[in-house]
Amino acid sequence: MEKAIEVTNLVKTFGGKRTLFGGRTHEVQAVKNVTMALEHGETLAIVGESGSGKSTLARMVVGLEAPTSGEMKIAGRAWGDLAAEGARAFGNMIQYVFQDPVASLNPRKTIGQTLDAPLRLLKGYDEAKRKSRMRDLFDAVQMPSDTHQRYPHEFSGGQAQRIAIARALAAEPRIMVLDEPVSALDVSVQAQVLVLLEDLKKEFDLSYLFISHDLAVVESISDRVAVMYFGEVVELGSAEQLFRAPEHEYTERLISSAPRL
Amino acid sequence: MSGAAAVKHVEVIEEKSRPTAWQLLMNNTLAAIGFYVICAVVVIAVIAPLLPIPNPDATSLAERFLPFGSEGHLLGTDHLGRDVLARLIWGTQISLLVGVSASIIAAFFGSAIGLVSGYAGGRTDNLMMRGIDMLMAFPYILLALAIVAVLGPGLMNALYAISVVNIPFFARNIRGITIGLAHREFVDAARLSGKSHLSIILTEILPNVMPVIVITMSTTVGWMILETAGLSFLGLGAQPPQADLGSMLGEARTQMFTHPFVAVAPGLMVFIIVMSINLLGDGVRDALDPRLRAGALSRPRAVTRIERRNTPTSQPAGEAALSVVELETSFEGTKGPEPAVKGVSFSLNKGECLGLIGESGSGKSVTALSLLGLVASPPGIVTGGRVDIDGDDILSMPETQITSYRGGKVAYVFQDPLTTLHPLFSIGDQVAEAIRVHQPVSQKEARAKAVELFKAVRLPDPEERASAFPHELSGGQRQRVGIAMALANDPEIIIADEPTTALDVTVQAEILRLLQVLREERGLALLFITHDFGVVAQICDKVAVMRYGEIVEAGATEEVLRNPQHDYTKRLIACVPKPGQGRAFLEGVRALLDREARGGA
Repeated sequence: MEKAIEVTNLVKTFGGKRTLFGGRTHEVQAVKNVTMALEHGETLAIVGESGSGKSTLARMVVGLEAPTSGEMKIAGRAWGDLAAEGARAFGNMIQYVFQDPVASLNPRKTIGQTLDAPLRLLKGYDEAKRKSRMRDLFDAVQMPSDTHQRYPHEFSGGQAQRIAIARALAAEPRIMVLDEPVSALDVSVQAQVLVLLEDLKKEFDLSYLFISHDLAVVESISDRVAVMYFGEVVELGSAEQLFRAPEHEYTERLISSAPRL
Repeated sequence: MSGAAAVKHVEVIEEKSRPTAWQLLMNNTLAAIGFYVICAVVVIAVIAPLLPIPNPDATSLAERFLPFGSEGHLLGTDHLGRDVLARLIWGTQISLLVGVSASIIAAFFGSAIGLVSGYAGGRTDNLMMRGIDMLMAFPYILLALAIVAVLGPGLMNALYAISVVNIPFFARNIRGITIGLAHREFVDAARLSGKSHLSIILTEILPNVMPVIVITMSTTVGWMILETAGLSFLGLGAQPPQADLGSMLGEARTQMFTHPFVAVAPGLMVFIIVMSINLLGDGVRDALDPRLRAGALSRPRAVTRIERRNTPTSQPAGEAALSVVELETSFEGTKGPEPAVKGVSFSLNKGECLGLIGESGSGKSVTALSLLGLVASPPGIVTGGRVDIDGDDILSMPETQITSYRGGKVAYVFQDPLTTLHPLFSIGDQVAEAIRVHQPVSQKEARAKAVELFKAVRLPDPEERASAFPHELSGGQRQRVGIAMALANDPEIIIADEPTTALDVTVQAEILRLLQVLREERGLALLFITHDFGVVAQICDKVAVMRYGEIVEAGATEEVLRNPQHDYTKRLIACVPKPGQGRAFLEGVRALLDREARGGA
């Protein structure tokens, strides 16, 4: 079976551009030579602390950022081809759920207007079909059906994240990139959203790239884990094995630093 | 589900109690006056053709320079014997028309440039903004003169000139806002929803920028009317015999000393129009600016308002460094004060660490801020209870005494030191200042003590780092500075409000270790506010679980974690994934949710 995401020798450098007077701006290598693959139907977690390059990697995968060098394949198709086709080509295949759910919804649009865009532009559904799809989506994320006429500020963080997930699902993608989807939520809400994500994965046959800094959360939901440190993947293995017997020194430090009950 | 319903209910109430922009505008007396005056002027100008006034361009040399109140000419006549009142009304119509159209044209092109430039960024932005800079490099009146000189005098050309001159103002303003919005997550999300760049600018960004455009317009219309008048005054705008406020003034100028009254009427009219528009514009700005609407800019008082309905008299027992009895803090609502903290009691001994744990909205932070009257007031009010520090009731002290406790006996450490440290002063100076507020020492001594504190909190290279600015430090180092500042005056109690939430796990572990060491070294009492049971387990001796402004369970940390009594505590603990638990965690949560759903139904 073909891989959902395949990343080979990926590099992303920020800055380093030539300035007007011949100098170069400060250069930062956010992602250094990363190679990994997300199998179909799998949840691959990327763990790392702030500045480790995990969000940059995720943004490149969905086409929001262009790589400096290296290759990516999304569901078997070359990244460059998708990029040439534009944002819609990505949107149909892969969707992104942001950390801050409230910031990822336009404050001046109703939820209905926000959800309408992917259904209309990516799926090309007519109005009746869009309406019925929207109802299905609200059902899937367990939100009441009058959600569509409300504005983002009327929802709590957990509800807003459900809506953001519904928006991502609207495109009927095969792959979802979840960038710290539960970090901004209260613990009890966090648990509910995790269960929801797990259910949706089965229901819609999804593959997840799950980005997080919280090891315990990662352990509960992922099949494999990649640990990133200063732009490099220092360890990659099955969740169980990685948490039981970490090989890299940094992984060990991460695990021992996590506060325990 | 009932929780969700309750949340929605609260939202609805809030929605209703928040005044609309229109109500706010009308509550502002000056803006309301401006609004009515400009409305009156506009109505008169619009119905000019229907008014029983003579033809404004009809000359009658026999009736030159008639004074105010002459028969048939209420405001007299000018040097050609034309009726000043008629010319004034028609002139007002033209001035308003030109001013408003100029500002609409400037707003349209300026906003378009600002939106594109801010959204595209990079080279496009650079190119467009340098163009705008070139426009701005000329004094506006010179530029307007140059444009009119090229196009030739005339009202339409004056309008173009004024529009062009004002484009940079809009472009810069709108670009600034757009840059901030273009990198927001909802814009990325819209791109992934398949929207094109144009449609993102028009349907995602523009609605968020619109209030700013309206505000900018409302504050520039008056200015544009003045500029039109200025050009006409110089003879470059309206051409004779057409009346316009500026040209009326210009024509009256020659008779300034012999017949001053001819210039008075148009002069006053310009004043009235511009003044009322500016008052209204300021009002519109205040009403539309969400920060002003939320009352954020109204200055809070030094100490939270204290209006206690019940003051428990019972003296705290034992050696408590801090004791809180039945504390109640409320926020002003439409139906009187609504309590956010409802009768919270706890005590904290010397050298002890109490964890106050709860989810967002549980009132844990408000509790912490209430202890020294730090809740912003309005809208906060302490409505009951008692806070004793070393046996003294804080809430009955005078303001100055309460403020002397802050940073003295009791110090706070907040979540993100980047927002609590001043960005423009070195960290050494800031800690030194904190010392000098409470201790009579010289700048030099204070500085030396600051370096010592940096050593105490294990900041690397304390001497050199003392002259660093907050942005030069990492998050963990900044939090160390925050802790150093809290230690500045040898406090007895430290209140730490989520001090490690913004930090990475490895850094969090270091900061928690540091707090632990300092507590033992200095015998500090630590009130630790957090949402994380893991952190509580690591450093707190006692824990109090808060929900909806109440403490639902309290006790020794070990005990509460091992054997939680209250359902809410049990639920919270069940919802925290534990390392090593793996996928079993989600199974457990699923079972819990199922049980709740069945119990709820």
